[in-house]
Amino acid sequence: MTDEHTNQGGQGAGDHWSNISRRGWLKALFSIPVVGVFLYNYLRKKAADDAKRDAIMSELRVAETGPAVIPDAISRPPGERLRVGIIGFGGEGESLVRNAGFAHPGWVEDAIEANREDARNKRLETYMNQDDLNIEITAVCDVFDVRAERAIAASAVDTRPGGGSANQPAKRYRRYQELLQSGDVDAVIIATPDHWHSRMTIDAVNEGIHVYCEKCMTRTEQETHDVYDAVTNSDTVFQLGHQNRQSESHNKAREIIEADILGPITLVEGTTNRNDPWGAWVWDIHEEGNPQTIDWEQFEGPAPNKVPFSLERFFRWRCWFDYGTGLSGDLLSHEYDAVNQILQIGIPKSAVASGGIYYFKDGRDVPDVFQAVYEYPDRDLTVMYSATLANGANRGLVFMGHDASMKVGGSLTVTADHSSTRYEEKIDGGMIDPDRPMFTYRPGFKGIDAVTSATEQYFASRGLLYTYRGGRRISAYHLLIAEWLDVIRNGGETSCNIERGFEEAITCHMATRAYQEGRKVEWDPVRRRIV
Amino acid sequence: MQLSVRPYTNFQTTALVVLRVLIGWHFLYEGLAKLGNPYWTSAGYLAESKWWFSGVFMFMATHEPVLAVVDFINSWGLVAIGAGLMLGCLTRYSTIGAIVLLALYYIAAPPFAGYTYAMPMEGSYLLVNKVLIELAAVVVLLAFPTGMLFGLDRLIFRKQTPEYQALQQAHG
Repeated sequence: MTDEHTNQGGQGAGDHWSNISRRGWLKALFSIPVVGVFLYNYLRKKAADDAKRDAIMSELRVAETGPAVIPDAISRPPGERLRVGIIGFGGEGESLVRNAGFAHPGWVEDAIEANREDARNKRLETYMNQDDLNIEITAVCDVFDVRAERAIAASAVDTRPGGGSANQPAKRYRRYQELLQSGDVDAVIIATPDHWHSRMTIDAVNEGIHVYCEKCMTRTEQETHDVYDAVTNSDTVFQLGHQNRQSESHNKAREIIEADILGPITLVEGTTNRNDPWGAWVWDIHEEGNPQTIDWEQFEGPAPNKVPFSLERFFRWRCWFDYGTGLSGDLLSHEYDAVNQILQIGIPKSAVASGGIYYFKDGRDVPDVFQAVYEYPDRDLTVMYSATLANGANRGLVFMGHDASMKVGGSLTVTADHSSTRYEEKIDGGMIDPDRPMFTYRPGFKGIDAVTSATEQYFASRGLLYTYRGGRRISAYHLLIAEWLDVIRNGGETSCNIERGFEEAITCHMATRAYQEGRKVEWDPVRRRIV
Repeated sequence: MQLSVRPYTNFQTTALVVLRVLIGWHFLYEGLAKLGNPYWTSAGYLAESKWWFSGVFMFMATHEPVLAVVDFINSWGLVAIGAGLMLGCLTRYSTIGAIVLLALYYIAAPPFAGYTYAMPMEGSYLLVNKVLIELAAVVVLLAFPTGMLFGLDRLIFRKQTPEYQALQQAHG
């Protein structure tokens, strides 16, 4: 702080620009070199990071942006109004109808309350963001009175996505055959227990009614053949309920495979870990459930073993082989369909399976710990499924190649392998770090999602709950239904059509048979039979 | 006369200017790093908010238009404040801006006993964390301004520089 104005003295104080001495200018601009050092280092770092990323990306030939090919479910405006029936309005049926634009008024109230308590809970916003699919729910069939009434209330809800107006309440049919023959439905959603899927699907397509059927497509091998024949011999549009078909990260995973980033893939591991009674199908028994409100005889229908009325069996049907196939049809089916979507592997040559009832010793006869191993010798590939309903570790779905591993769920990561041949040079050169993902794909959404229940978290972590389109969170169920309706109106193929459904059901049944019969089973591709 | 407008010793001035430039550097890079990362959002930080104001921060995190504004203000604010502190440009406003931002970061996620956060922290903190220390350092910069001594503020506020005022006095 030395004097510096003295040499300016003669110029007068009024001309203050010229009052600034050389020293004054230096003091004013002293930090310019520091800024220069900053910018030099910043740009160098940025250039190095960019070069590294570009090198990896040019090697991988995959864009970091959203998947190039995603099923074209929502681009075409819905044409004529379709009349949709719902058979089975339990948890899944209600969810599907809601994702078609008809939430039960009680659900709407709960969602508003949930959002008030926790602003992250955006169930209602996601519901209201749905496209109006231009349908009405005209017909309902459920063997439990409470659920049938609930479906009727949902069909006439006045809180509609896209500001759609309330429709007339649906008509209830006591028997699904009456619903199919009523002339009131163009298309039907089947969300009953698995043991009813095949008979209802066959009867529907024989009436010329389009079918959206929940997984697992069937309960037995023979039913699978029967459904396949009926659907392929009809002019109807069939969609099987595997939401992963609409997930951005699953479609991105397909791109990764097409670009051959992983090298030869020898092992794929799909997993299920859940650790709560709900996730193990110990579902609530409704207080109004009794022989007067439940048509037990119709519930049992094609079940192989007839037993006296049982609330446990009605409300927790997944625990018994009479109505489903346990982990096979419920959750292995999701993992398998995701692998089939990404690798297009079809039916395996052989399957072995093992497991047991190790934790939920509540009278069920399906295993709660279950492993299945499938061989695909012509693809030099093993696909294994490993599940427990008594531990919540997140193991994900992992594709293991010689050059890299890919983990697929709500997001997607690819990590180079330490001993990769293809990436050896880049790993040695420090361009690729095999301890960190070299490619991460996160769906283009920056907001906060809150998923509350453990089961929701399980599905969200596997990309089965929500997906993202243009940065908007959308229910994957909604997109799958929208695609089905779009194909009904405009033609084309559903992403989980009868061919994929046949592969899914047979593959699941191979594991079930291997477990039940305690032996290795094989698929005879000529006779098209499990042997 | 001139001594009265020259309150700091050279050592004091140097220490204060170095502190200002370093904090500016930190802010500027934090801002540029956020702008350069297409995935960056403050949503995760805000949604984890604890303490009295968590409702406000949660509101920001869960309303997309609000979040977009918050992210914009945060990243560009950091850049502007960082550049301001480094260059000594509008130093007073940059300092106040820095205090506001740091105070928001602190009250959004204070390291109080009993609060745990899912986000990893690089140290161990109890009530005092690095955000609070940086905040205190910026308060020092506000209490002992240096922009008029070393920085573009010499040019912007020419008439208020000690030298100019000394000149005025010297010339009566």
